[in-house]
Amino acid sequence: MTTSYGTGAIWLAIVGAGVGTFAIRLSFILLLGRLDEAPPTVEGILRFVPAAVLAALVAPSLVALSAEPSLGLSYAPEKVGAGAIAAVVAWRTENVLATIGVGMAALWTLQVVV
Amino acid sequence: MRAREDFLAGARVVSPMLLGIVPFGLIVGVTAVGAGLSPGQALGLSTVVFAGASQLAAIELLGRDAPLTVVVLTAIVINLRMMMYSASIAPYFRRLAAPTKWIAAYLLTDQAYAVSIAEFRQTTPGERSRRWFYFGAAVTLWVPWQIVTVVGALVGASVPEGLSLEFAIPLTFMALLVPTLDGRSTEIAALVGGGVAVVAAVFPFNLGLITAALLGVASGVGHEVLVGEFPTTDASAHGDGGDSA
Repeated sequence: MTTSYGTGAIWLAIVGAGVGTFAIRLSFILLLGRLDEAPPTVEGILRFVPAAVLAALVAPSLVALSAEPSLGLSYAPEKVGAGAIAAVVAWRTENVLATIGVGMAALWTLQVVV
Repeated sequence: MRAREDFLAGARVVSPMLLGIVPFGLIVGVTAVGAGLSPGQALGLSTVVFAGASQLAAIELLGRDAPLTVVVLTAIVINLRMMMYSASIAPYFRRLAAPTKWIAAYLLTDQAYAVSIAEFRQTTPGERSRRWFYFGAAVTLWVPWQIVTVVGALVGASVPEGLSLEFAIPLTFMALLVPTLDGRSTEIAALVGGGVAVVAAVFPFNLGLITAALLGVASGVGHEVLVGEFPTTDASAHGDGGDSA
């Protein structure tokens, strides 16, 4: 778990990731300062990125694929339960504070109960 | 006075998100030190990259001695979603001076984007300065992020594990995810993205996330093409993007 990379290599990775990330952030802010409109095709594709990426970030924290004893899904019931409750709160309120607050409270409650 | 008022309005809107960001930043700091990075390098990640999910991925890959190109590319691919934020928010930043645009881009995050675009669609530039509202939100996210990264790196492994504070991370993403589901096509993109991410979690070097994101986007686009609605663009994002301030 502990890296065997030296200081220079780690900083190289940090700067590389930082420059790449900054280029992504600046890309259209700079480009659209010159164009009148974003190409509709590009915008139509990019529109799906948040839903796809955020779901891809959330799902593996709730369930995992397991191979033993047979192929199936493994999960911690209290996390799936708390996640489901939080999803309902997110859907009804679209409020981040409420989603996190209720989700964490549900997790702590379920950890005691389950 | 207007600038101050709009700055504070932006700060106020993102402040509840700090509930998720503070433990997230602590975890990033703790994980960085656990993977063998120095506290200075942990802070370096937070200032240079300033994007939690990609920082965490980079730290994990460094800890596993993945090739440096894989570390950098994974962080970049995780942050590709910000290209859409950049495109979506660009019309509102069109009249900013070039240096201001660069600073605004550096500070662009899921949260700053999400709250700003919602505000800009509901107000005119005369009612709400684009620049000051955005910077109010963005700076309120940036400062605590730097502080808690350092605190996490210095406090290290003594963050209580029983609290499962790391669960606030997926909850924050979930809170940001749900409002993006505005129709069948985005729902399909999310279902495929989430489903593939679970199956592909066994891929090395976080390639599962990249695969899942690309397949999710492709599925959403594919569904829209099939029903003849591609490309769907958000016309309201192209209104007058001027900044009155």
